[in-house]
Amino acid sequence: MSIAADKERFQTLMMGALDGELSAAEQKEFERMLAADKKRQQEFKKYKKIKEATSTMQFKTPPAEVWDHYWTDIYNRFERGIGWTLFSIGAALLITFFGFKIIEAVINDPSLAFIAKVGILLTIGGLAVLFVSVAREKLFTRKNDPYREIQR
Amino acid sequence: MEHILERTDSFILKDQTVEARHISSDAQAIRLCQQGHREAYGFLVERYKERAYYSALGILGSHEAALDISQDAFVRAFRAIKRFESGKKFFTWYYQILRNLCLNFIRDKKRHARSFSEIDDYEINKLTDDTGDASVLAEQNELKQALWQAMDEIKPKEREIIVLKEFQDLSYKEIAEILDIPIGTVMSRLYNARQALKAKIERTYL
Repeated sequence: MSIAADKERFQTLMMGALDGELSAAEQKEFERMLAADKKRQQEFKKYKKIKEATSTMQFKTPPAEVWDHYWTDIYNRFERGIGWTLFSIGAALLITFFGFKIIEAVINDPSLAFIAKVGILLTIGGLAVLFVSVAREKLFTRKNDPYREIQR
Repeated sequence: MEHILERTDSFILKDQTVEARHISSDAQAIRLCQQGHREAYGFLVERYKERAYYSALGILGSHEAALDISQDAFVRAFRAIKRFESGKKFFTWYYQILRNLCLNFIRDKKRHARSFSEIDDYEINKLTDDTGDASVLAEQNELKQALWQAMDEIKPKEREIIVLKEFQDLSYKEIAEILDIPIGTVMSRLYNARQALKAKIERTYL
């Protein structure tokens, strides 16, 4: 076994020993490796101290109300999601309808100067392009939802 | 809320469209959820909410963020539940969503997130004086405080494996399953994480 492989083997076995995850044969192998090297014994001692401290570190239990409301809060989020979807569809329909009405009125208004008509139509057209662009970006992001991928 | 969920030996689902039925397994709850019965999801939430919350708290260090993100992950998991493959464990699948939300939260909101070293007594359980030896107790609490600080400074993925092992008390096999990595990788990641902690506190405390 190369030095690097031996070192790696010791590190792996040390973790298993700390967490009580070694088989009897592995435990013996680890103890042999440990007994043969004082530096490793010191290292193991340090990791043992860390293990002992971290294994007793814990979070306090939050108040009971947190658990009582947990599911209700999630349920409310579902409802809010439906609400936002309906609101968005309704708003999109209204914006489209009144957008057309405004364009129609602008084009048919004889009192409005040609340059003003062009300016208003370009502004509305620009807003529409921006809206579609943002919506497309959002949809694209959803399709490529990073939460569906595992980050390692 | 018209739909009432009760917790007894099994889980009773009452709603106006589905006859009252007992839910006693994840698979049954998931099947109902996939059929569109949102209330059946309560069974899964009730079963895994604490594990979800503590997993998030371990990574984020903030009660509010852990609560918000663990709930958000449940909502996202429900929206994607039709894609859930039978035979998988629900929490393993859910954890992938939760984990990514937590990591994204850390990435996006770093400036607003509270660090581990700033966690107050509300979240951390300090040792109490039951040994009678005040100096030993003080030393232990000091070491723990230093470790909390170190937890804040190590990489989120290193912190995560410590949380799964020490806070969730999961076995190597369970960690391997939840992170979808071999047991050997669990051991080497744990070594790296503990090495990082050691490096932070070694000079003063070891």
